[in-house]
Formats: sequence, C-alpha cells, structure tokens
Amino acid sequence: MEAAVFILSLIDCCALIFLSVYFIITLSDLECDYINARACCSKLNKWVIPELVGQALATVLMLVSMHWFIFLLNVPVASWNVYRYVKVPMGNMGVFDPTEIHNRGQLKSHMKEAMIKLGFHLLCFFIYLYSTEKATKTTLYDN
Amino acid sequence: MSAPGFTNLNPSVNNYVNPTQNGGGGATPYHNGPGQPLPAMYPASNYYTGVPQQGYLAMPGQLPPPPSKAPPMNTDFSATYYHNSHSQAGAGPGVGPTPYPPPHGLQTPTQPPSTATHSVSGAPQYQPPASYATPANYYGQRYGTSSQGQQQPMLVPASSSSNPLFPIVSYPSGPGSSEYGTLRSSQGAAERPPIPAVIQPPTHSALQQYPQGNGATPKPAQQGYGAPPLTQTATVNGQSNAVQQCYDQTPPGPVGPHYSSASPSLEGPVRGHAPSGTPSTSVHSSPSRQQGLLYGGYGENSAPSSSTGLPGDHSSSSSDQDDEDEEDEEAGGDSSSTTTGSASPVPNSYESLEGGIYPGSSSVPPPADPTKQAPPFGYNYPAMQPGYQQSPTPRAGSSPSHGGYNAPGYQPYSQPFPSLSQLSTALGGLSGVSEQEVEGLRPVNLLQERNLLPLKRGTPAEPNLSSNLRKMNCSPDTFRCTLSSIPQTQALLNKARLPLGLLLHPFRDLTQLPVITSNTIVRCRSCRTYINPFVSFLDQHRWKCNLCYRVNDVPDEFMYNPVTRSYGEPHKRPEVQNSTVEFIASSDYMLRPPQPAAYLFVLDVSHNAVESGYLNVLCQSLLENLEKLPGDSRTRIGFLTFDSTIHFYNLQEGLSQPQMLVVSDIDDVFIPTPDSLLVNLKESHEMVKDLLNALPAMFTHTRETHSALGPALQAAYKLMSATGGRVSVFQTQLPSLGAGLLQSREDPNLRSSTKGVQHLGPATDFYKKLALDCSGQQIGVDLFLLSSQYSDLASLACMSKYSAGSIFYYPGFHHVHSPAQNLKLQQDLHRYLTRKIGFEAVMRIRCTKGLSIHTFHGNFFVRSTDLLSLANVNPDSGFAVQMSIDESLADTSLACFQAALLYTSSKGKRRIRVHTLCLPVVSQLSDVFAGADVEAITCLLANMAIDRSISSSLLDARDALVNAVVDSLEAYRANGSNLQLSGLTAPAALRLFPLYVLALLKQKALRTGTSTRLDDRVFAMCEFKSQPLKQIMRLIHPDLYRVDNLTEQGALHLNERMIPQPPLLQLSAEKLSRDGAFLMDCGSVMYLWVGKCCDEMFVRDVLGCPDYASIPPDMTEIPALETTASERTRAFVSWLQEARAFCAAFCVLKDEPSAKSSFFQHLIEDRSESAFSYYEFLLHIQQQMSK
Repeated sequence: MEAAVFILSLIDCCALIFLSVYFIITLSDLECDYINARACCSKLNKWVIPELVGQALATVLMLVSMHWFIFLLNVPVASWNVYRYVKVPMGNMGVFDPTEIHNRGQLKSHMKEAMIKLGFHLLCFFIYLYSTEKATKTTLYDN
Repeated sequence: MSAPGFTNLNPSVNNYVNPTQNGGGGATPYHNGPGQPLPAMYPASNYYTGVPQQGYLAMPGQLPPPPSKAPPMNTDFSATYYHNSHSQAGAGPGVGPTPYPPPHGLQTPTQPPSTATHSVSGAPQYQPPASYATPANYYGQRYGTSSQGQQQPMLVPASSSSNPLFPIVSYPSGPGSSEYGTLRSSQGAAERPPIPAVIQPPTHSALQQYPQGNGATPKPAQQGYGAPPLTQTATVNGQSNAVQQCYDQTPPGPVGPHYSSASPSLEGPVRGHAPSGTPSTSVHSSPSRQQGLLYGGYGENSAPSSSTGLPGDHSSSSSDQDDEDEEDEEAGGDSSSTTTGSASPVPNSYESLEGGIYPGSSSVPPPADPTKQAPPFGYNYPAMQPGYQQSPTPRAGSSPSHGGYNAPGYQPYSQPFPSLSQLSTALGGLSGVSEQEVEGLRPVNLLQERNLLPLKRGTPAEPNLSSNLRKMNCSPDTFRCTLSSIPQTQALLNKARLPLGLLLHPFRDLTQLPVITSNTIVRCRSCRTYINPFVSFLDQHRWKCNLCYRVNDVPDEFMYNPVTRSYGEPHKRPEVQNSTVEFIASSDYMLRPPQPAAYLFVLDVSHNAVESGYLNVLCQSLLENLEKLPGDSRTRIGFLTFDSTIHFYNLQEGLSQPQMLVVSDIDDVFIPTPDSLLVNLKESHEMVKDLLNALPAMFTHTRETHSALGPALQAAYKLMSATGGRVSVFQTQLPSLGAGLLQSREDPNLRSSTKGVQHLGPATDFYKKLALDCSGQQIGVDLFLLSSQYSDLASLACMSKYSAGSIFYYPGFHHVHSPAQNLKLQQDLHRYLTRKIGFEAVMRIRCTKGLSIHTFHGNFFVRSTDLLSLANVNPDSGFAVQMSIDESLADTSLACFQAALLYTSSKGKRRIRVHTLCLPVVSQLSDVFAGADVEAITCLLANMAIDRSISSSLLDARDALVNAVVDSLEAYRANGSNLQLSGLTAPAALRLFPLYVLALLKQKALRTGTSTRLDDRVFAMCEFKSQPLKQIMRLIHPDLYRVDNLTEQGALHLNERMIPQPPLLQLSAEKLSRDGAFLMDCGSVMYLWVGKCCDEMFVRDVLGCPDYASIPPDMTEIPALETTASERTRAFVSWLQEARAFCAAFCVLKDEPSAKSSFFQHLIEDRSESAFSYYEFLLHIQQQMSK
C-alpha cells in the first residue's frame, strides 16, 4: 500500500517535472523571440489546470496516506497554484496573458516561478524515491 | 518671489475664497477674488501672479559664463530641426534644379522629386531658424529681467512689513544678482542667491534699470493689467519676429541646397538679425552690458533656462500632411535592396525584463511608507480653511529658522551641491550649459512660491549636450525622456526616486521630414540599429554603433553622398544629419506585398442608435470625405450594420443599387459573398455614395433594441482578415446578444464612493481575444462609443487597446439634444477620416546597452520583448515605456534611444520612420534632478497609476502617486542635506510636480469622492494611455487665460494673422473675476466662462449678444463678428485649436451654478468637497515627509 502510494506520487512528480521543464522552455523561447506571446500563452495556459491537478493529487495522496511532513511540503505549492488560478482577472486569457506577459517583468517572474517549481519537484522526486525504496524494503522484510 | 496667495501679510489673500466652500448656492464667492479689491491695494503688476514669478529666468543671463565656452553654433536645436513649411516652400524652388545624382547610376529617372525633399529638408535647416533662435533667447532673457522690475513694488512692501518669509524666495534683483551671478558662474554651483535680495537696496537699482532697459522699447512699463502682457510681449515677439524674418529671408537668402552649407555660417545671420528684426527690441536689462556676449554666442545658454519663454516653434505641428508622401511615392520604387538586412526578428539583447522602479509604489515602500497610515484625504485638515493665509501653523514652524537662514548670506548655498562645480568643469567639453543644471536645481519653497506656472506651455529643458548633438537631437514633441540626464546606475536612479521612461509620439504629423530612398539602409550588424547622427565614424570605412558599440563597416554606397554629390563623406549623409528620418524600405521589409488601404465601417443600427441620430452625421461626413480617405487606386471600403442580426452590403459595381444581405445566424457568422462586400472605392464609388445616402433612412422605423456587437465584430474580422486594414466600430449601447455580450456592472450609488472603484477591468476576454486575432491579421479596430447609458467601455475598449486602434467616446450623444457633442463628432470624424494612416506596422524601441525597457503603455500588442505590433498606426497616438538600468553606464557619456516604426503607407509603400534621441549620462544625483522633465514624469506616472488602478485598486494608485511626490522630494532633500531648508522645497525642475500630481488625483480617471460615471472614468484612463504628451498635459492641467482684454501686445504674427498671447493663469477661482471672461482649454473641450459683470463690450462685440442675460445657454462657437475684439478672440481660439489634432469642443458658460460642475472641477488648485486644495496638498506632503 505504502509503496503503491509512493510509486504513484513518483509518477505524478515526474509528470510535474516534465511540465515545469516545458514551462521553462516555452518561456525562454518567448524571451528569445522564437515564438510570439500569443502562441506561448495559449500553449502554457493549456497546462495550467493539469499542473494544478497533478500537484493537488500528490498533496491528497500524502494526506490520505498520512505522511504529514511531505503533505505540509506540498500544501503551499498546491495552494499557490489554486490561488494563482482563481486570481486571474475576468478579462485575462488565463494565468498567462499575452498582452501582459511582456509588461512589468511578468515574464521574468513566471520564469522564476517555473524554476522554483522545478527545484521543488526535483526535491520531491528524491523524497518519493527514497520513501518508495524504504517502503518496498519494509514490505519485503515484513514478508 | 513673494507669493501673495500664501502670505497672511499680503492683503490680496483675504480675498481668496474657495468657491467650493460655499456650495452650490447662487452666491459666487469667487467674485470677490482679486478682481476688485486687489488693484486698489496693489498698485503693481502682481495682479497677475502668473507672470512675474519667472524672475529667476533672468539669472542665466546675469551670470555670464566665460565667453570662451561659447559654442560656435548657438541655435536652438529644435527650432532648427523642424523648420516650418514656409521656409520649405521658399527653399523648394532654389533647390529643385540640383538633381539628385544617381549614385553609381543605379537610380531610376524618378529620382529628382525625392531630391527636392532631401534638399528641402536640408536647406532651410540652418538658415531661418538661426535667424530667430537668438532673438527668442534674447527675449527670454529680457523678459526675465523686466519681470523683476515689475516685481519690485511687491517686494518692497513685503519686506517692509517684516515678513520673514519673503526673503527666502525673493528674486535676485538685478545688480545684486549679477554679483551672485559672477559668484555662481565661477563656482559653478551657487544657484540660489535669492535670499537677501529683498532686503537690499538693489531693489531700487533694479527699478532704475528697468526703465533704462525699456528706454529703447516703444512700450512704456505698464502697471497693473498691462504689465503681464508686456512681459509676454517680449517673448512672443521674439518668435513672431522670427517668423517674419523667416519669411523675408528665406526666399532671397542663399538657400543652401546642401546639408552642410549653412551650418558654418550660423554666426552671421544670428548677429545680423537679432537686432534688426526686433521692432520691440529693447536692449535692456541688467545684463545689458553683457549683451554683446549674449549675441555672441550665449543665446544658447539662456535658451534652455528661459525655456518657459521660448515659444515652441518646432511644435507647430500644423496638420500639413507630409508632402513628401506624394513627392516620394514615385521616387523610391521597390528598388532592389542590396545589403539591407532582412526583417526577421532581431535577436535582442534585452534579456532582462527586471521590474523597474516605481518610486511611488507601495511595492517598493519607502522606509516609512506614509500613506499606509495616512487617512483618506481631507482627514488631516478638518480645520483647514480654504484661504492659504489662514494656515499659520506651518509658517510659524518655518519662520524661526529664518534668522539662521538669512544670516550667513548666500555663501552656504554654494555648498550643497559641491559636485556641480566639478561637474560643470567635467562637462565643460560636453557642453557649456551648466546654467541649465543650476537652474533646474534651484530649490523652490513650494509653500511660499505660488506662481510656479510658466508663462506659457514651454518646451522642456533641453538635455545637457554639446550644441552639435543638441542641434541634431530628436524633437521633444516626438521623443521625450522623463530624465533628460540618464543616471549612471540603477542605484542612482533608485536614489532619485523618479521614474525613468520614454514618451513617444512617433507618427505625428511633421511638416518636414527627410525621406531617404536608398538601396542600402545601413544598420548595425548585431543590434540592427539604424545609422543615426550619434554614431561615431572611426574612419572612412567603419562606424561604431552607439547602442551596442559594435564596429560596423560603412557600405560603399553609403560613402557617396547624393546631397553634396561628393564621395567619401559618409557623415554628411542625411541619415547622419537628422535624428528623424524616413526610409523607403525594400522588399526585405515585407512579409507580404504591401496591403491596400482598407476601411470597414461597422455600424450599430438598433433602435437606440437610430434614435441618437449619429448615422446621419457619419454618412454625411463620409460623403464629404470619401475622396480624402488616405489611399490609392487600390483602396477598399465596406460597410456592415448590425442590430440583432448582421447586415452586409454588396457594393459590387454593376449592380443597380447596393444590395443588403442579412445574416441572422449570429452564433456562427458567415460571410455571404466574400468578394463583393469589401469593394474597390474607385470602382464602386457611386454605389458607396448611394448606400451612404440611403443608410440613415433605412432604419428609421426599426424596433430592434438588441445589439449583437460580438458577432458583428467576428464578421468584420472574417471580412478583413485577407487584407488587413481599419475597422471603425460605432456602438451606442451595451452588447446584448451573441458572443461578447455584457451585463451592466455599474452601481450608480457607488459613483462617488471613496472606497475605490470596481470593474475598471474588462468583464470578458472576448474582446481581447478578438483584438489579438485582429492584430495578427493586421486589422486595427477603432471604437466610437456614443451611448447615454453605461456601456461597459472597460470591456469594449479592449478591442481597440490591443489592436492599436483609437477610442472615441461621446457620452449622451444626441443629434438634437446635445449640439456640442454633435459638432464634436463631426469635427472628429473629419480628422479621423482624413488623417494619415499606416498599416501593418511594427515599432521597435532600442536603447543603449545597459538600459532595458520593461513596461509599455499605449494601444498596441507587445509581440515580443521589444516589438510592438501596431495593426494601424495613426498620427494622434502616443506611447510610453518604462525603463530600468541593468548595467552601469559608467563607461559611456551618452545614452541613446531609437524608435523605428515600420509601416505601410496608405499608398502602398513600405516605410521606416526612425527617431533617435541622445541624452547625457550623469553620475551625480543633483544632475538627475536638474534634468528631470516634470511633464514627462507626470505623464508616465499617470500611465503607471492607471495600470495600477486596474491591476490593484484605485486607492493604491492614488497612494502611489502621492508617494511618488513625497519620495522624490525626500530624495532631493536628502541629497542637499547640508542645505538648511525650511518648508517644502523642490528643485526648480520639479517645482510643478506636486501641482501636476494633485491635478492627476483630481482627474476623472483617478478621482474619488466626486460622482464619476464608470464609463467616463474608463475613457479618461484610455485617453491617458494613448494620447501624446501634449494632449495629456492639457487634460491634466488645463490652460486658463483671461480673454476679455486681449491686446495686441505680445501677439504672435502668423500668416498675417495676429494672435494675442494672454498669460497663463493658475487654476484657481482666485484668478477669476466677475468682470472678466476666461477661456479654459482642457484639451478635448474649451470653456469660455463669462463673469456676471463682464464688460458689456465683450459680450456685445465677441459673443454678439446685447447683454449678459441674453447669452444663450448652449453657445458652441464664437460668432464671426467684424469687431477687433471678436477677431482677436477668434484668432486666439482657432490658434489654440490648430495646435491639436482633434478640435476641442467649445462651450460658452455663464456665471451660473449650473456651470459649476463642468468648469470649476478643473480649478484644481482649489479645494473641492472631496479633495485637497493645492496648499493643503503641499502640507499633506510635508507631513508625510516629516514622518
């Protein structure tokens, strides 16, 4: 059971890492003018919800399996994702708005955010990996 | 300067009654303003307080800098650069014969016309302006001194009444100041000598000098009313003479056909002309002994400092459409380009989009963020009386310090900016204008000096550059920086707490524009900067880019100068001689063949729209201007109307009459006949006319009240996407059907809430998406909103905001009930339909390495980091950008900015308009302050505040604005910390900053507490974001003139027209009087306020009414009467109108309570129910600073 939870989180985490990398690549493409803002934002906005769901999934998994520490680690990021999504003004086209992304250093802050998330997911990845290992070992010994 | 309004000792202030205090009653308290009682007590000129304050202007003249520093060319750059069209006309013929020699025989025979343009622009460039640059300067100086003379009567009683306050701010009087002057120029720093001036006898000698000086003048020194006009005369005559001289001179004069010819001989004309061409020349004033110097080359020095006095010749952006448009169309051809780079996206080096500073923002809170604790406005001063005189507290606080202040004399004043002396020596090589710096830094005690307004809207302080660079620099009307001296590092910028940004008006109508048809457009290979006057040529074959410092090769073709027909002089090419040039671009700059001009009109024909009657006005206007629509033989036009269904009009030639096609499926709009809806204007001319004639009557009996705007826009998008072009949408109500329908969000009860305003942002992203789609297909959407009810402009405006369109709003439009609006719509439409237009445009703004742009303001879509996509570009839109300094600029002394606008002209030519601005880089905080351009700062702050109020909240934005003032004044105080200044001091360059910010806070866009309709507010915001600086400034701080006593004195003579130049008055009811008539110019509307006891003569001669009572309530123009007074008034008003693109609505208001809301809300120096008076605001700031 324990092991299953962590393996699931591990897969989830991998997906989130890939997503973060995708965000970073797309944003830096925009920064370097390889794609235009419109395309970039519509690409990224598509993945905002999946990211939110993925993060929430990991959080819920930790909650139900009662791994409090990892749960607390995940809560801020999950709530940030929700907050960010909810706070989008009515007139905007999503979390990433092509008309504003070049203003007031938004691109920079999006980039920073994606970087931090990548780091966080990597950290989580190793935690899950370690926990999986531990869980599988314990199950082995139990048997 | 004794500020009468602020001093309790001054009798005049007792009359200062705040009108708003007395509520809306019939009583008109402002009547006992200075009008009657004042003259009795006040013999002298300070009646018009607006005038004399410029005493300090005289200073530069009084301190002669060492003559050796005199730069050889002392022409005012801007005057030089934008010659007026007359000189062009004169030059034309002289130049025509010089053929444009085809370089390497490559050019086509169509070349000569373009030669004319080149040479024309080259020829008058130096001559005529040179002739008047000096008189103007000269006058500026004389003016300053004469105002001193007038000042005296006021000063004397003041000091005799032992008011300790006066000395602080008093003028340097003539002789006294000349002492200071020497002191200052030698020390290079002592800029504020004023202190002891009043107490000293020099006052007397100044008085004596005054008559002396005026001896030569035909005009006697006048007192009272006459005085201000006199001073004004001086300045203005300078210009008028200049203009006349221009006329006289140019045609016979040796019109140099070559760019280079005139420049060396500048000195000649200058000397020769200044004395002769000035009828009212009085060689006068204390600096009279330096007069020779002045002529000799110091004109320049006085120029910037007397900037207020210098009329902005170059700004006379008469609406002459660029003539060269026609001349050159045939010239360039799509000649094959040889070495030009491709239009592919430039690899940009501005990686950093680091958020810049927002000095006032609470995100960067100052150590003690005051407004956080600050209660809402008005709270702090419950007992504050409207009259300034009744607030003795601060005065008392400040006066004790006086003893110490006066005692040491002016010595201490040389200390506070020790750096200045070093700096001026350091910059000696760069320029000889440290006076300007000094002037900009002069501390002004805001609480005591009231008359801070310049005499008239002047040109901004010029950047401290060498005369050569300055002469070539871009016109401040086109390109302006908030800090005309760029700080070296971000740290320094942060210290100054001022925003750094640019204000652009790139496509404005120019009377003179060098157009270059060259096979090679020389650009930097790495940053793609266009070659400009500020690059350096290392040798004959290499030039160094001034933005990225890369060394580039000079292409062979560039070595040949077609203007001088010489080889090996790349630095004489027009590109390198002018900072504003236009290139005819080759096919490398096209992604597709240049599009034809295409216009689509999308008209609301629901019941509401028909009721308002706009269709008639529009169709009439279109019929009149159909021929004048910019375009060529390919021009296309189409119409689309909508209510709950969408109606297309088949205008294919060959049909007997226009055919209406109705599409009622608004959920999935399709185009019924794709080919015949957007038709060639030439071919289907008759059909279009038929339709326009029929259209107003077609829907008269409609009962359809719904409006399906969204689907109509989708249809328009589909219709236009093949070509691109302009869509003009006329909407009269809230869209209620189909995609993009909107709900009313306004709660009328909250209109005057002080708790912030909701719904400033769009309700849906439909219009934004549509705009971006349009922008992608090069379609610009212009919105005309003519509604009487809430129409959610915040959402609708998006369609124009992001597609680079423009927004027009006529609240409560009705063709019968609101004649003023009706007239305005007619005039606006005329301009709108005939103005120049550029299609499929992009603009890129590049800056020197180390600077980066992080925020853009205006109507456009930012496609990539520094590329603005403008589907349409029109001559009336302005842009603003904010910058930050990423890397230290220590290794350079000049920072450059280049805006390049690539567009397709209405004639189907691809053109690039390039503007380059060059500014000095400074390392001292004092220099940053000295170079601050308060108008530009205000406009940029307005843009930032609007962004903030949409993204955060209105209250936040207001706090940020107040903080911006507090922070910058604090920074200034900290900078001159060893200067024991009492009260609230600002550097002279920023002396109007608090006033402008207060004005901003009272703007419709940002005010709280006063009832403001949401749409009005949003429209005001849109205007701030998209108007050019001049227009914004008129909106923020309207111009007030007294017009019932217009005289010829100081009048401007243009084309045989005499245009009176009344002085600018402060926006305070104190300046109004019952027996006068006052004109207030608010940018988009002008009010003529007629006092109850106004001169019968004026009412009869100008307004054409027998007496005051019979003035009709809704007069919208001044009748054309054959009287002098009428002619003068009309000349003045039409002169004001000509200075803007869209005519202002004109409105005659009687002195009645009903006029209150419209007129008195603009008197921003007065207190209103919900906002501070100017003086209260200053006290508020002072309090915040001391926290």
